[in-house]
Amino acid sequence: MTTQPAQRRAPKTGRFDNSVVKKTVMAVSGIIMILYLLAHMVGNLKAFSGPESFNSYSGWIRTIGEPALPAQTALWIIRLVLLAAVVLHFWAAISLWRQARRARPVPYVTKKRVQQSFASRTVRWGGLILALFIIWHILDLTLGAVNPVGHDSTPYDRLVASFSNIPITLFYVVSMVLLGLHLRHGIFAATQTLGQTNKRRERAVNGLAYLVAGVITVGFLLVPLSVAFGLID
Amino acid sequence: MTSTETRTMSLTLRIWRQRDRTKKGKMVTYHVTDVSPDMSFLEMLDVLNEKLILDGDDPVAFDHDCREGICGSCGLMINGIAHGPEQTTVCQLHMRSFSDGDVLDIEPWRAGGFPVVKDLAVDRSAFDRIISAGGFISAPTGTAPEAHSTPVPKKNSDAAFDAATCIGCGACVAACPNGSAMLFTAAKVSHLGLMPQGQPERDSRVLKMVAQQDAEDFGGCSNIGECSAVCPKGISMETISRLNHDLLGALRAGGVPTS
Repeated sequence: MTTQPAQRRAPKTGRFDNSVVKKTVMAVSGIIMILYLLAHMVGNLKAFSGPESFNSYSGWIRTIGEPALPAQTALWIIRLVLLAAVVLHFWAAISLWRQARRARPVPYVTKKRVQQSFASRTVRWGGLILALFIIWHILDLTLGAVNPVGHDSTPYDRLVASFSNIPITLFYVVSMVLLGLHLRHGIFAATQTLGQTNKRRERAVNGLAYLVAGVITVGFLLVPLSVAFGLID
Repeated sequence: MTSTETRTMSLTLRIWRQRDRTKKGKMVTYHVTDVSPDMSFLEMLDVLNEKLILDGDDPVAFDHDCREGICGSCGLMINGIAHGPEQTTVCQLHMRSFSDGDVLDIEPWRAGGFPVVKDLAVDRSAFDRIISAGGFISAPTGTAPEAHSTPVPKKNSDAAFDAATCIGCGACVAACPNGSAMLFTAAKVSHLGLMPQGQPERDSRVLKMVAQQDAEDFGGCSNIGECSAVCPKGISMETISRLNHDLLGALRAGGVPTS
């Protein structure tokens, strides 16, 4: 059978058209968010030291560097870096998702999974759900707009009010489990994308992915579950 | 001892039939009987095609050449797994891997970069274009040199050889949920990039080959590992990490991802 060879397609020349560059943007923005999550988790655990400790920690974040710096400077720097990380992470994900859709225009009638993990399979939809969770989370606990006690309250009051409500706690728990799955695949993938994995390190990298994902998930679940079960009030 | 007669199988095949690139295809059901467990999967398709030709029907088109598992011509999705249930090529897959009465869905590789030519045959010239973008060395090699004149660490020569076993069959693309050709591209980048002869073009090679794989409508890698799991040569995901490492190094050195 003779085939007509297709025309050689000209590659795009932009740095950010390159799929590996997009993946690198995804990896680096992901690492920034993981570092933030670890700091956020430590802050949350102050709830176990009581309302004063929790509220004064929250106040301290807003006054770092005072009086040399105006109020909330550090907070806004952190917020802007995080916003940039979220936007870039999202851009890279959508762009690669669209490329993947173009790459398989006709679906298989039958397709089996050979070795992919649940975490790797759910990373895209899980990420979208997490984006919705973040929006709700800011409206609830940062701004207090959708919080039962409203915005005119202390952070500790908002925390207790939210997690005394069973549906809110359940939504939070589901989101944290999704976050754990997202991190389990994401940490491995970021290490691979940055060219740092090999056969010898594979176990260590997977171990690190499980460890960080596990610590962050459990760390974030401790406070809401303690409120829900009445250990904190 | 059971006689060979009692050990033959009957199978129901649901095969993707498509007249050419432009027509729509569909799954068509066929029955084959008297299949010996010692036949290869392609020999079983040969038996079906003989029957179709005798009946005056159009035989099923599929690619094949050496039938020894080394040329990379053959490749089918069998019940949703590239090259079927064993980690080998379909020419080296034997019917003893299946049971009497099985129903098998047989489809071509499906990827934007691999348009269907007819039935189960796809156009894999996109792989040739990725190779011609950078999968070569420009040093004149002449005859085989004295082996000790350029020492290569054993670790590197082993890794380069493992990568060089890639036969370019396309199973990695077929199995990848993103339709990515990154395992193929990474195998070629690794096998040249680990050898001293491959160093002069190491940076430009990875930049050009990745740019070409993207331009051929293949997807991006999301590190899921389906590719390596179905690769008849067992090419490791490690090669993709090496490709990423080389690409980021080339960009840091001021390279531009052009062709």
